Amino acid sequence: MLRVKNLTTGYDGVPVVFDVSLEVNQAEFVAIVGSNGAGKTTILRTISGLLKPISGEIEFEGKQIHKLSAHEIVRLGIAHVPEGRHVFGKMSVKDNLLMGAYTLNDRAKVNKLLNEVFEIFPRLKERENQKAETLSGGEQQMLAVGRALMAEPKLMLVDEMSLGLMPMMVDKVLETLKQINKEKGVTILLVEQKVQEALEMADRGYVLQTGRIVAHGTGKELLESDLVKKAYLGM
Amino acid sequence: MSMLAQLVVTGALIGSVYSLVAVGLTLVWGLMDILNFAHGDFMMISMYTVFWLYALLKWDPLVSLPIAALVAAMIGLLTYKLVIKRVLNAPGLMALLATFGLSLFIRNFAQFLWSPNYRFVGESILSGKKLMIFDVIVGLPQLVAALGSIGMTFAVALFIKKTKFGKAIQATAQSREIAELMGVDTEKVYMFTFALSGICVGVAGTLLSGIFPVYPESGAMYGLLAFVIVALGGFGNIWGAFYAGIMIGLAETIGGFYLGTQFKYAIAFLIYLLVLQFRPKGLFGW
Ligand SMILES: Nc1ncnc2c1ncn2[C@@H]1O[C@H](COP(=O)(O)OP(=O)(O)OP(=O)(O)O)[C@@H](O)[C@H]1O
Ligand SMILES: [Mg+2]
Repeated sequence: MLRVKNLTTGYDGVPVVFDVSLEVNQAEFVAIVGSNGAGKTTILRTISGLLKPISGEIEFEGKQIHKLSAHEIVRLGIAHVPEGRHVFGKMSVKDNLLMGAYTLNDRAKVNKLLNEVFEIFPRLKERENQKAETLSGGEQQMLAVGRALMAEPKLMLVDEMSLGLMPMMVDKVLETLKQINKEKGVTILLVEQKVQEALEMADRGYVLQTGRIVAHGTGKELLESDLVKKAYLGM
Repeated sequence: MSMLAQLVVTGALIGSVYSLVAVGLTLVWGLMDILNFAHGDFMMISMYTVFWLYALLKWDPLVSLPIAALVAAMIGLLTYKLVIKRVLNAPGLMALLATFGLSLFIRNFAQFLWSPNYRFVGESILSGKKLMIFDVIVGLPQLVAALGSIGMTFAVALFIKKTKFGKAIQATAQSREIAELMGVDTEKVYMFTFALSGICVGVAGTLLSGIFPVYPESGAMYGLLAFVIVALGGFGNIWGAFYAGIMIGLAETIGGFYLGTQFKYAIAFLIYLLVLQFRPKGLFGW
């Protein structure tokens, strides 16, 4: 579904991600794990069109997308949940969700999606008229995920769900993602520093170190590999 | 007592036109943190548009309104495309200097084309007509200018608050990148907002062209007052600009009467200086 080929990307022409290739298949749950500054966010930003690659190609459903702008890429069915839960703080929870459905014009469908999101996150329903900036960190994270679901995406790019959440919440949001993946068939590409949690959840994973992919395989394989054990799990 | 009533009415009427000029300015600030120094000069261009349509084709200002608004919208759009876009990612001062330069250019170009002479739209459907409400005299041109401005301000505020595109503008104002991720073509949002800002000031200019002389500097004072009003109302706050505009209109009219008209603008700027001492984010700031 998504194919990243020999991608080199970075900021102002200075690469921070080098020659990365990866693939995500329909209905898969794939994780990219790596420590601070490895380049995970940079990869996601390049896929969603916020950054332009220095070299390499990105294909989605057989179509090259790396020359499109971000607002065009959303329309193809890729929704990006950005790092740091960037909700529209001055807008209500409901308006945030409606912004997520900006590309859809069918009112009835938007209402249906809204109800689905409220079913997954009842907390958002309770707070639908509250300004997003007044939500707690975890609620804002739910809102960011709900907002992405409103675009009815085929592929969801999820950046660092765990950031600033307590361990119990981390498991909860990851499980919600898994549920969205299994029940709605939304393909997920997740980026995480919490290596263990992410790889336990994912079908497949890639390990990123200072901008390069150093290992890939199924979640289980990676968790059992010496590389991951030593570098990330402290074993 | 009746004098004061007269002053209050006169001040509120002119103040509501100030509000509309300021709404145009605050829209752009709210979206992209840019203060457009040439804003008042867009108004001058719309006033000349009305004047020439009157002088050459005998068009009434109210008939010229859509055209003058369109001209101001185009000037806004061009300003974005040719000037603002190039300095968007530079430090904020660059945009200020660039629009300051643009302002000087427009004024001098107007002077070159049309001379510094005062021109007047001598006759219009409204000119010379007035209403008597109890013992307060209300000039029809002033009344129409005020009602038109208030109507336009409400329309803009509702548009931003209620419509899908209006919400896209709000979203873009909060984060351009995240709005893009929602599928908003933020370049279009920027273009549209500059055009809308032009329309606000173009409508205000048209409504004033039957009341005030038209000359290359005729927008300058409105531009300055709009800065004061935007700051008082809280940067980016449409309703704040509305109330602050009326307040400045009242202050200048009432203060000007009791202290002497030569002081009327000084009073407006004095209020500004005082308020900013105590509420740096404006009276209605966040
Ligand atoms: N806007 C930017 N301009 C310049 N360099 C940047 C920018 N953003 C990130 N970088 C650099 O790119 C590298 C990769 O950053 P990136 O944000 O992709 O890492 P990450 O893997 O997402 O890290 P984290 O887990 O901390 O979120 C870092 O060295 C960082 O300093
Ligand atoms: Mg990151």
